[in-house]
Amino acid sequence: MLIKVAHPFPIKPSEITPEVVHADRRRFLRQAGLATAGAALFGYGPAKSVGAEAELAPLNVARKSEMAGGETVTPYADITHYNNYYEFGTAKEDPSRNAGRLRTRPWSVVVDGECEAPGHIDIDDLLKPQALEERIYRHRCVEAWSMVAPWVGLPLADFLKRFRPTSKAKYVAFETLYDRQQMPETARGVLDWPYREGLRIDEAMHPLAFLSVGLYGRVLPNQDGAPLRLTLPWKYGFKSIKSIVRVRFMERQPEVTWNKMAPDEYGFYSNVNPAVDHPRWSQAQERRLGELFKRKTLMFNGYPEVASLYTGMDLRRFF
Amino acid sequence: MIRLWAWRAAAWSLGLLPLALGLKSILQGRLGANPVEFVEHFTGDWTLRLLLATLAMTPLRMLTGLTEPIRVRRILGLWTFAFLCLHFLTYLVFDLSFSMTQLAEDLVKRTYITLGFTAWLLLLALALTSTVGWQRRLKRRWITLHRLIYPAALLGAIHYLWLVKADTREPLIYLSILLVLLGFRLPWQRLMGRQRARASAKVDP
Repeated sequence: MLIKVAHPFPIKPSEITPEVVHADRRRFLRQAGLATAGAALFGYGPAKSVGAEAELAPLNVARKSEMAGGETVTPYADITHYNNYYEFGTAKEDPSRNAGRLRTRPWSVVVDGECEAPGHIDIDDLLKPQALEERIYRHRCVEAWSMVAPWVGLPLADFLKRFRPTSKAKYVAFETLYDRQQMPETARGVLDWPYREGLRIDEAMHPLAFLSVGLYGRVLPNQDGAPLRLTLPWKYGFKSIKSIVRVRFMERQPEVTWNKMAPDEYGFYSNVNPAVDHPRWSQAQERRLGELFKRKTLMFNGYPEVASLYTGMDLRRFF
Repeated sequence: MIRLWAWRAAAWSLGLLPLALGLKSILQGRLGANPVEFVEHFTGDWTLRLLLATLAMTPLRMLTGLTEPIRVRRILGLWTFAFLCLHFLTYLVFDLSFSMTQLAEDLVKRTYITLGFTAWLLLLALALTSTVGWQRRLKRRWITLHRLIYPAALLGAIHYLWLVKADTREPLIYLSILLVLLGFRLPWQRLMGRQRARASAKVDP
Protein backbone atom coordinates (compact mmCIF):
# COMPACT_ATOMS: atom_id res chain seq x y z
CA MET A 1 0.00 0.00 0.00
CA LEU A 2 1.36 3.39 -0.90
CA ILE A 3 0.59 6.16 1.54
CA LYS A 4 1.56 9.66 0.50
CA VAL A 5 2.41 11.63 3.59
CA ALA A 6 1.68 15.32 3.24
CA HIS A 7 4.91 17.00 4.05
CA PRO A 8 5.79 20.68 4.42
CA PHE A 9 8.62 21.32 2.03
CA PRO A 10 10.24 24.63 1.10
CA ILE A 11 10.71 23.86 -2.61
CA LYS A 12 7.73 24.32 -4.91
CA PRO A 13 6.91 21.19 -6.97
CA SER A 14 7.13 23.39 -10.08
CA GLU A 15 10.80 24.02 -9.37
CA ILE A 16 11.75 20.38 -9.50
CA THR A 17 12.85 19.02 -12.86
CA PRO A 18 10.63 16.13 -13.96
CA GLU A 19 12.50 12.86 -13.91
CA VAL A 20 11.96 12.28 -17.64
CA VAL A 21 13.64 15.56 -18.53
CA HIS A 22 16.38 14.94 -15.99
CA ALA A 23 17.11 11.45 -17.35
CA ASP A 24 17.09 12.73 -20.90
CA ARG A 25 19.59 15.46 -20.06
CA ARG A 26 22.02 12.80 -18.86
CA ARG A 27 21.47 10.70 -21.99
CA PHE A 28 22.15 13.80 -24.11
CA LEU A 29 25.36 14.57 -22.24
CA ARG A 30 26.49 10.98 -22.52
CA GLN A 31 25.88 10.89 -26.24
CA ALA A 32 27.55 14.24 -26.73
CA GLY A 33 30.57 12.85 -24.94
CA LEU A 34 30.51 9.75 -27.10
CA ALA A 35 30.40 11.71 -30.30
CA THR A 36 33.73 13.33 -29.60
CA ALA A 37 36.60 12.14 -31.68
CA GLY A 38 38.45 10.71 -28.69
CA ALA A 39 35.77 8.07 -28.18
CA ALA A 40 37.03 6.19 -31.21
CA LEU A 41 40.49 6.02 -29.67
CA PHE A 42 39.46 4.37 -26.44
CA GLY A 43 36.20 2.59 -27.17
CA TYR A 44 33.08 2.90 -25.05
CA GLY A 45 32.47 0.75 -22.01
CA PRO A 46 29.20 1.12 -20.10
CA ALA A 47 29.38 2.45 -16.54
CA LYS A 48 29.76 -0.15 -13.82
CA SER A 49 26.47 -1.95 -13.30
CA VAL A 50 24.72 -2.54 -10.00
CA GLY A 51 26.63 -5.74 -9.28
CA ALA A 52 26.04 -8.66 -6.97
CA GLU A 53 24.38 -6.58 -4.24
CA ALA A 54 21.14 -6.67 -6.23
CA GLU A 55 20.93 -10.31 -5.10
CA LEU A 56 20.50 -9.25 -1.48
CA ALA A 57 17.32 -10.56 0.16
CA PRO A 58 14.18 -8.53 -0.55
CA LEU A 59 12.28 -7.16 2.45
CA ASN A 60 8.53 -7.02 3.08
CA VAL A 61 7.61 -3.37 3.13
CA ALA A 62 4.24 -2.63 4.73
CA ARG A 63 4.05 1.03 3.79
CA LYS A 64 5.96 3.61 1.81
CA SER A 65 6.40 7.32 2.52
CA GLU A 66 7.94 9.80 0.14
CA MET A 67 9.63 12.34 2.43
CA ALA A 68 12.08 14.12 0.14
CA GLY A 69 9.66 16.51 -1.57
CA GLY A 70 9.41 14.36 -4.68
CA GLU A 71 13.07 14.80 -5.54
CA THR A 72 14.78 12.25 -7.80
CA VAL A 73 16.03 9.25 -5.87
CA THR A 74 19.80 8.66 -6.24
CA PRO A 75 20.65 5.51 -8.25
CA TYR A 76 21.45 2.38 -6.23
CA ALA A 77 24.93 2.15 -7.77
CA ASP A 78 25.83 5.62 -6.44
CA ILE A 79 24.41 5.04 -2.95
CA THR A 80 26.46 1.83 -2.73
CA HIS A 81 29.72 2.98 -4.33
CA TYR A 82 30.20 6.38 -2.72
CA ASN A 83 30.40 5.77 1.02
CA ASN A 84 32.08 7.13 4.10
CA TYR A 85 32.69 4.08 6.26
CA TYR A 86 36.25 4.57 7.53
CA GLU A 87 36.41 1.09 9.10
CA PHE A 88 36.66 -0.13 5.49
CA GLY A 89 38.96 2.61 4.14
CA THR A 90 38.85 6.37 3.75
CA ALA A 91 38.33 6.67 -0.02
CA LYS A 92 34.71 6.80 -1.16
CA GLU A 93 34.93 3.59 -3.20
CA ASP A 94 36.88 1.65 -0.51
CA PRO A 95 33.83 0.43 1.48
CA SER A 96 32.19 -1.07 -1.63
CA ARG A 97 35.39 -3.05 -2.19
CA ASN A 98 36.25 -3.99 1.41
CA ALA A 99 32.96 -4.30 3.30
CA GLY A 100 32.41 -7.84 1.94
CA ARG A 101 34.45 -9.02 4.94
CA LEU A 102 31.75 -7.87 7.36
CA ARG A 103 29.71 -10.78 8.78
CA THR A 104 26.19 -9.55 9.49
CA ARG A 105 24.88 -12.89 10.91
CA PRO A 106 24.71 -13.75 13.72
CA TRP A 107 24.28 -10.16 14.94
CA SER A 108 22.97 -8.90 18.22
CA VAL A 109 22.71 -5.48 19.76
CA VAL A 110 23.44 -4.93 23.44
CA VAL A 111 21.16 -2.36 25.07
CA ASP A 112 21.87 -1.12 28.58
CA GLY A 113 22.20 1.93 30.78
CA GLU A 114 19.29 3.92 32.20
CA CYS A 115 16.46 1.57 31.24
CA GLU A 116 14.17 -0.96 32.95
CA ALA A 117 14.61 -3.75 30.42
CA PRO A 118 18.27 -3.95 29.42
CA GLY A 119 19.48 -6.91 27.42
CA HIS A 120 20.54 -7.93 23.98
CA ILE A 121 18.45 -8.49 20.93
CA ASP A 122 19.21 -10.65 17.92
CA ILE A 123 18.71 -8.90 14.61
CA ASP A 124 16.42 -11.67 13.30
CA ASP A 125 14.29 -11.65 16.45
CA LEU A 126 13.92 -7.92 15.96
CA LEU A 127 12.99 -8.16 12.29
CA LYS A 128 10.70 -11.23 12.19
CA PRO A 129 7.66 -9.71 13.92
CA GLN A 130 8.42 -6.14 12.80
CA ALA A 131 6.32 -4.39 10.14
CA LEU A 132 8.87 -2.50 8.05
CA GLU A 133 8.31 0.76 6.24
CA GLU A 134 10.12 2.56 3.47
CA ARG A 135 11.05 6.23 3.79
CA ILE A 136 12.62 8.33 1.07
CA TYR A 137 14.88 10.83 2.82
CA ARG A 138 17.35 13.47 1.76
CA HIS A 139 20.89 12.77 3.08
CA ARG A 140 23.41 15.58 3.53
CA CYS A 141 27.06 14.83 4.26
CA VAL A 142 29.20 17.28 6.26
CA GLU A 143 31.54 17.28 3.22
CA ALA A 144 28.86 19.19 1.25
CA TRP A 145 27.56 16.41 -0.99
CA SER A 146 24.08 14.95 -0.75
CA MET A 147 21.73 12.27 -2.08
CA VAL A 148 18.19 10.97 -1.80
CA ALA A 149 17.79 7.39 -0.60
CA PRO A 150 14.86 4.96 -0.06
CA TRP A 151 15.56 3.40 3.33
CA VAL A 152 13.65 0.48 4.80
CA GLY A 153 13.36 0.17 8.55
CA LEU A 154 11.42 1.24 11.63
CA PRO A 155 11.07 4.39 13.72
CA LEU A 156 13.99 4.56 16.15
CA ALA A 157 11.51 5.35 18.95
CA ASP A 158 9.74 1.97 18.43
CA PHE A 159 13.05 0.20 18.93
CA LEU A 160 14.18 2.25 21.94
CA LYS A 161 10.85 1.97 23.81
CA ARG A 162 11.18 -1.84 23.98
CA PHE A 163 13.87 -1.35 26.62
CA ARG A 164 11.78 1.09 28.67
CA PRO A 165 14.19 3.98 29.23
CA THR A 166 13.83 5.58 32.68
CA SER A 167 13.46 9.29 33.45
CA LYS A 168 17.23 9.39 33.95
CA ALA A 169 17.77 8.56 30.26
CA LYS A 170 18.54 12.02 28.89
CA TYR A 171 20.76 10.78 26.06
CA VAL A 172 21.30 7.67 23.93
CA ALA A 173 24.74 6.52 22.84
CA PHE A 174 25.41 4.18 19.90
CA GLU A 175 28.47 2.16 18.95
CA THR A 176 29.60 0.56 15.68
CA LEU A 177 31.18 -2.89 15.55
CA TYR A 178 34.97 -2.75 16.00
CA ASP A 179 36.66 -5.93 14.84
CA ARG A 180 40.20 -5.84 13.47
CA GLN A 181 39.68 -9.14 11.63
CA GLN A 182 36.69 -7.94 9.65
CA MET A 183 37.92 -4.35 9.46
CA PRO A 184 41.70 -4.50 8.87
CA GLU A 185 41.75 -0.83 7.86
CA THR A 186 41.08 0.10 11.50
CA ALA A 187 44.70 -0.89 12.26
CA ARG A 188 45.69 2.53 10.88
CA GLY A 189 43.88 4.37 13.64
CA VAL A 190 42.55 7.19 11.47
CA LEU A 191 39.75 7.54 14.03
CA ASP A 192 39.44 6.51 17.67
CA TRP A 193 37.58 3.18 17.29
CA PRO A 194 34.96 2.00 17.95
CA TYR A 195 32.96 4.65 16.12
CA ARG A 196 30.54 6.27 18.56
CA GLU A 197 27.55 8.54 18.13
CA GLY A 198 24.86 9.96 20.36
CA LEU A 199 21.56 11.81 20.49
CA ARG A 200 19.53 13.66 23.06
CA ILE A 201 16.60 11.42 24.03
CA ASP A 202 14.00 13.77 22.48
CA GLU A 203 15.94 13.76 19.20
CA ALA A 204 16.10 9.98 19.26
CA MET A 205 12.35 9.71 19.95
CA HIS A 206 11.43 12.18 17.17
CA PRO A 207 9.25 10.54 14.50
CA LEU A 208 11.83 11.39 11.79
CA ALA A 209 14.63 9.44 13.52
CA PHE A 210 14.76 6.10 11.73
CA LEU A 211 16.52 2.78 12.21
CA SER A 212 17.32 1.42 8.76
CA VAL A 213 17.80 -2.24 7.89
CA GLY A 214 17.29 -1.99 4.12
CA LEU A 215 17.81 0.06 0.99
CA TYR A 216 15.84 -0.01 -2.26
CA GLY A 217 13.53 -2.70 -0.86
CA ARG A 218 16.36 -5.11 -0.03
CA VAL A 219 18.60 -5.85 2.94
CA LEU A 220 21.23 -3.14 3.50
CA PRO A 221 24.50 -3.67 1.59
CA ASN A 222 27.42 -3.94 4.04
CA GLN A 223 29.02 -0.69 2.88
CA ASP A 224 25.84 1.19 3.77
CA GLY A 225 25.89 0.02 7.37
CA ALA A 226 24.38 -3.49 7.46
CA PRO A 227 22.65 -4.95 9.30
CA LEU A 228 21.23 -1.88 11.03
CA ARG A 229 22.07 1.79 11.14
CA LEU A 230 20.56 5.12 12.09
CA THR A 231 19.08 7.46 9.50
CA LEU A 232 18.74 11.02 10.77
CA PRO A 233 17.85 13.14 7.73
CA TRP A 234 18.14 16.56 9.43
CA LYS A 235 21.71 15.93 10.67
CA TYR A 236 25.00 15.61 8.82
CA GLY A 237 25.53 12.08 7.56
CA PHE A 238 28.20 11.05 10.08
CA LYS A 239 25.56 11.18 12.88
CA SER A 240 23.74 8.29 11.16
CA ILE A 241 25.97 5.63 12.67
CA LYS A 242 26.38 2.30 10.83
CA SER A 243 26.44 -1.40 11.84
CA ILE A 244 25.30 -0.78 15.42
CA VAL A 245 26.26 -3.32 18.12
CA ARG A 246 25.57 -1.34 21.27
CA VAL A 247 23.00 1.15 22.52
CA ARG A 248 23.22 2.80 25.92
CA PHE A 249 20.78 5.13 27.68
CA MET A 250 22.71 7.79 29.57
CA GLU A 251 22.14 10.63 31.98
CA ARG A 252 25.05 12.68 30.61
CA GLN A 253 25.92 13.63 27.05
CA PRO A 254 28.04 10.81 25.58
CA GLU A 255 31.38 11.28 23.86
CA VAL A 256 31.04 11.04 20.08
CA THR A 257 33.84 10.17 17.64
CA TRP A 258 34.14 13.17 15.31
CA ASN A 259 33.53 15.68 18.07
CA LYS A 260 36.32 14.08 20.11
CA MET A 261 38.59 14.10 17.06
CA ALA A 262 38.06 17.80 16.17
CA PRO A 263 35.73 19.59 18.62
CA ASP A 264 35.91 22.91 16.78
CA GLU A 265 34.83 21.28 13.51
CA TYR A 266 32.16 18.73 14.47
CA GLY A 267 29.62 19.50 17.17
CA PHE A 268 27.53 17.04 19.18
CA TYR A 269 24.33 18.16 17.45
CA SER A 270 25.65 18.54 13.87
CA ASN A 271 22.30 19.62 12.49
CA VAL A 272 22.37 20.58 8.82
CA ASN A 273 22.62 24.37 8.92
CA PRO A 274 23.55 26.48 5.87
CA ALA A 275 24.23 29.49 8.11
CA VAL A 276 26.97 27.83 10.18
CA ASP A 277 30.07 27.02 8.15
CA HIS A 278 32.53 24.25 8.83
CA PRO A 279 35.73 26.07 9.85
CA ARG A 280 37.40 24.98 6.62
CA TRP A 281 34.53 25.05 4.11
CA SER A 282 31.10 26.54 3.49
CA GLN A 283 27.91 24.66 4.35
CA ALA A 284 25.68 27.04 2.37
CA GLN A 285 25.68 24.81 -0.69
CA GLU A 286 25.94 21.14 -1.53
CA ARG A 287 26.49 18.93 -4.57
CA ARG A 288 23.70 16.39 -5.09
CA LEU A 289 25.10 13.16 -6.49
CA GLY A 290 24.13 13.12 -10.16
CA GLU A 291 24.24 16.92 -10.51
CA LEU A 292 27.20 18.98 -11.73
CA PHE A 293 26.50 22.35 -10.16
CA LYS A 294 25.91 23.03 -6.48
CA ARG A 295 22.50 23.69 -4.98
CA LYS A 296 21.50 25.60 -1.85
CA THR A 297 21.53 23.67 1.41
CA LEU A 298 18.25 23.85 3.34
CA MET A 299 17.92 24.51 7.09
CA PHE A 300 17.65 21.13 8.86
CA ASN A 301 18.13 19.67 5.36
CA GLY A 302 14.54 20.70 4.54
CA TYR A 303 12.93 19.08 7.60
CA PRO A 304 11.59 22.10 9.54
CA GLU A 305 9.46 19.85 11.79
CA VAL A 306 12.54 19.18 13.95
CA ALA A 307 13.03 22.90 14.69
CA SER A 308 10.97 22.68 17.90
CA LEU A 309 13.64 20.36 19.38
CA TYR A 310 16.02 23.29 19.43
CA THR A 311 13.83 26.24 20.48
CA GLY A 312 15.81 28.75 22.48
CA MET A 313 19.16 27.19 21.61
CA ASP A 314 21.91 29.22 19.95
CA LEU A 315 22.64 26.96 16.97
CA ARG A 316 25.98 28.70 16.36
CA ARG A 317 27.13 27.60 19.77
CA PHE A 318 25.46 24.22 19.71
CA PHE A 319 26.46 23.36 16.15
CA MET B 1 71.08 13.78 -29.33
CA ILE B 2 69.01 10.59 -29.40
CA ARG B 3 69.25 10.53 -25.62
CA LEU B 4 67.81 14.07 -25.38
CA TRP B 5 64.91 13.06 -27.64
CA ALA B 6 64.19 10.09 -25.38
CA TRP B 7 64.13 12.38 -22.34
CA ARG B 8 61.84 14.82 -24.14
CA ALA B 9 59.47 12.04 -25.15
CA ALA B 10 59.41 10.81 -21.55
CA ALA B 11 58.63 14.31 -20.25
CA TRP B 12 55.82 14.79 -22.76
CA SER B 13 54.29 11.42 -21.97
CA LEU B 14 54.34 12.27 -18.27
CA GLY B 15 51.95 15.10 -19.11
CA LEU B 16 50.02 13.50 -21.96
CA LEU B 17 49.37 10.09 -20.39
CA PRO B 18 47.41 11.34 -17.35
CA LEU B 19 45.53 13.72 -19.64
CA ALA B 20 44.59 10.79 -21.89
CA LEU B 21 43.65 8.66 -18.87
CA GLY B 22 41.43 11.45 -17.56
CA LEU B 23 39.73 11.92 -20.93
CA LYS B 24 39.23 8.19 -21.23
CA SER B 25 37.49 8.08 -17.84
CA ILE B 26 35.25 10.99 -18.88
CA LEU B 27 34.32 9.40 -22.21
CA GLN B 28 33.58 6.07 -20.61
CA GLY B 29 31.52 7.69 -17.90
CA ARG B 30 33.72 6.14 -15.23
CA LEU B 31 33.91 9.16 -12.95
CA GLY B 32 31.82 7.59 -10.19
CA ALA B 33 29.01 9.14 -8.20
CA ASN B 34 30.63 12.57 -7.92
CA PRO B 35 32.29 13.43 -11.26
CA VAL B 36 33.28 16.98 -10.30
CA GLU B 37 35.08 15.75 -7.21
CA PHE B 38 36.77 13.07 -9.32
CA VAL B 39 38.11 15.67 -11.78
CA GLU B 40 39.21 17.97 -8.95
CA HIS B 41 41.10 15.19 -7.19
CA PHE B 42 42.54 13.81 -10.43
CA THR B 43 43.90 17.16 -11.65
CA GLY B 44 45.08 18.08 -8.15
CA ASP B 45 46.95 14.80 -7.71
CA TRP B 46 48.65 15.12 -11.09
CA THR B 47 49.61 18.75 -10.48
CA LEU B 48 51.48 17.62 -7.37
CA ARG B 49 53.03 14.58 -9.07
CA LEU B 50 54.27 16.64 -12.03
CA LEU B 51 55.53 19.34 -9.68
CA LEU B 52 57.56 16.72 -7.80
CA ALA B 53 58.86 15.36 -11.13
CA THR B 54 59.93 18.89 -12.13
CA LEU B 55 61.70 19.40 -8.83
CA ALA B 56 63.38 15.99 -9.14
CA MET B 57 65.36 17.09 -12.22
CA THR B 58 68.05 19.06 -10.39
CA PRO B 59 68.80 16.25 -7.88
CA LEU B 60 68.80 13.83 -10.82
CA ARG B 61 71.47 15.88 -12.54
CA MET B 62 73.48 16.08 -9.33
CA LEU B 63 73.30 12.31 -8.87
CA THR B 64 73.88 11.20 -12.47
CA GLY B 65 75.86 14.08 -13.91
CA LEU B 66 73.55 14.07 -16.96
CA THR B 67 72.40 17.40 -18.41
CA GLU B 68 69.19 16.09 -20.05
CA PRO B 69 67.07 16.36 -16.85
CA ILE B 70 67.66 20.13 -16.84
CA ARG B 71 66.78 20.39 -20.52
CA VAL B 72 63.35 18.77 -20.06
CA ARG B 73 62.58 20.62 -16.83
CA ARG B 74 60.55 23.34 -18.61
CA ILE B 75 58.32 20.76 -20.34
CA LEU B 76 57.48 19.22 -16.97
CA GLY B 77 56.96 22.62 -15.37
CA LEU B 78 54.54 23.72 -18.05
CA TRP B 79 52.58 20.46 -17.80
CA THR B 80 52.37 21.04 -14.06
CA PHE B 81 50.89 24.47 -14.75
CA ALA B 82 48.46 23.01 -17.33
CA PHE B 83 47.08 20.52 -14.78
CA LEU B 84 46.91 23.24 -12.14
CA CYS B 85 44.86 25.40 -14.56
CA LEU B 86 42.44 22.51 -15.18
CA HIS B 87 42.18 22.01 -11.42
CA PHE B 88 41.47 25.71 -10.78
CA LEU B 89 39.04 25.92 -13.72
CA THR B 90 37.00 22.93 -12.48
CA TYR B 91 36.63 24.66 -9.11
CA LEU B 92 35.73 28.00 -10.75
CA VAL B 93 33.11 26.49 -13.06
CA PHE B 94 31.47 23.73 -11.01
CA ASP B 95 32.02 24.78 -7.40
CA LEU B 96 31.60 28.52 -7.85
CA SER B 97 29.60 28.76 -11.10
CA PHE B 98 32.05 31.57 -12.01
CA SER B 99 30.88 33.73 -9.09
CA MET B 100 33.67 36.19 -8.34
CA THR B 101 32.06 37.26 -5.07
CA GLN B 102 32.17 33.63 -3.92
CA LEU B 103 35.78 33.36 -5.03
CA ALA B 104 36.62 36.47 -3.01
CA GLU B 105 34.80 35.02 0.00
CA ASP B 106 36.66 31.69 -0.30
CA LEU B 107 40.00 33.49 -0.65
CA VAL B 108 39.39 35.35 2.59
CA LYS B 109 37.71 32.60 4.64
CA ARG B 110 39.20 29.30 3.46
CA THR B 111 42.90 29.08 4.10
CA TYR B 112 43.43 26.06 1.85
CA ILE B 113 41.89 28.01 -1.05
CA THR B 114 44.13 31.00 -0.26
CA LEU B 115 47.19 28.75 -0.32
CA GLY B 116 46.19 27.02 -3.56
CA PHE B 117 45.35 30.28 -5.29
CA THR B 118 48.68 31.83 -4.27
CA ALA B 119 50.49 28.80 -5.68
CA TRP B 120 48.58 29.25 -8.95
CA LEU B 121 49.59 32.96 -9.12
CA LEU B 122 53.25 32.05 -8.55
CA LEU B 123 53.22 29.33 -11.20
CA LEU B 124 51.42 31.71 -13.59
CA ALA B 125 54.34 34.13 -13.29
CA LEU B 126 56.80 31.27 -13.89
CA ALA B 127 54.87 29.94 -16.90
CA LEU B 128 54.71 33.40 -18.49
CA THR B 129 58.46 33.97 -18.06
CA SER B 130 59.45 30.45 -19.08
CA THR B 131 60.44 31.41 -22.65
CA VAL B 132 64.02 31.88 -23.87
CA GLY B 133 63.17 35.53 -24.59
CA TRP B 134 62.33 36.20 -20.93
CA GLN B 135 65.36 34.22 -19.84
CA ARG B 136 67.56 36.60 -21.84
CA ARG B 137 65.71 39.70 -20.76
CA LEU B 138 65.88 38.89 -17.04
CA LYS B 139 69.42 37.47 -17.09
CA ARG B 140 70.50 36.44 -13.59
CA ARG B 141 67.25 37.68 -12.06
CA TRP B 142 65.46 34.92 -14.02
CA ILE B 143 67.03 32.28 -11.79
CA THR B 144 66.05 34.22 -8.67
CA LEU B 145 62.48 34.58 -9.98
CA HIS B 146 62.17 30.91 -10.80
CA ARG B 147 63.15 29.93 -7.27
CA LEU B 148 59.50 30.81 -6.55
CA ILE B 149 58.77 27.20 -7.51
CA TYR B 150 59.92 26.22 -3.97
CA PRO B 151 57.32 28.25 -2.04
CA ALA B 152 54.70 27.37 -4.70
CA ALA B 153 55.34 23.65 -4.19
CA LEU B 154 55.15 23.97 -0.40
CA LEU B 155 51.88 25.90 -0.69
CA GLY B 156 50.46 23.20 -2.99
CA ALA B 157 51.39 20.37 -0.63
CA ILE B 158 50.00 22.20 2.42
CA HIS B 159 46.83 23.07 0.46
CA TYR B 160 46.20 19.32 0.11
CA LEU B 161 47.07 18.54 3.72
CA TRP B 162 44.76 21.30 4.96
CA LEU B 163 41.61 20.05 3.25
CA VAL B 164 41.53 16.36 4.20
CA LYS B 165 39.17 15.38 6.98
CA ALA B 166 41.10 12.79 8.98
CA ASP B 167 43.27 10.61 6.77
CA THR B 168 46.47 12.60 6.24
CA ARG B 169 48.55 9.74 4.83
CA GLU B 170 48.55 10.76 1.16
CA PRO B 171 49.17 14.49 1.62
CA LEU B 172 51.99 13.66 4.05
CA ILE B 173 53.60 11.38 1.44
CA TYR B 174 53.62 14.24 -1.08
CA LEU B 175 54.97 16.64 1.53
CA SER B 176 57.76 14.27 2.58
CA ILE B 177 58.93 13.66 -1.00
CA LEU B 178 58.88 17.42 -1.55
CA LEU B 179 60.98 18.04 1.56
CA VAL B 180 63.53 15.43 0.45
CA LEU B 181 63.75 17.06 -3.00
CA LEU B 182 64.15 20.50 -1.47
CA GLY B 183 66.69 19.10 1.00
CA PHE B 184 68.90 18.11 -1.92
CA ARG B 185 69.29 21.77 -2.74
CA LEU B 186 70.75 22.81 0.58
CA PRO B 187 74.47 23.49 0.31
CA TRP B 188 75.38 20.27 2.13
CA GLN B 189 79.04 20.27 1.13
CA ARG B 190 79.54 23.73 2.51
CA LEU B 191 77.63 22.84 5.71
CA MET B 192 79.50 19.56 6.17
CA GLY B 193 82.81 21.20 5.30
CA ARG B 194 82.29 23.84 7.95
CA GLN B 195 81.44 21.18 10.54
CA ARG B 196 84.51 19.16 9.63
CA ALA B 197 86.65 22.29 9.85
CA ARG B 198 85.15 23.05 13.26
CA ALA B 199 85.70 19.47 14.45
CA SER B 200 89.32 19.44 13.37
CA ALA B 201 89.83 22.88 14.89
CA LYS B 202 88.77 21.42 18.24
CA VAL B 203 91.18 18.49 18.05
CA ASP B 204 94.22 20.30 16.68
CA PRO B 205 95.26 22.95 19.21
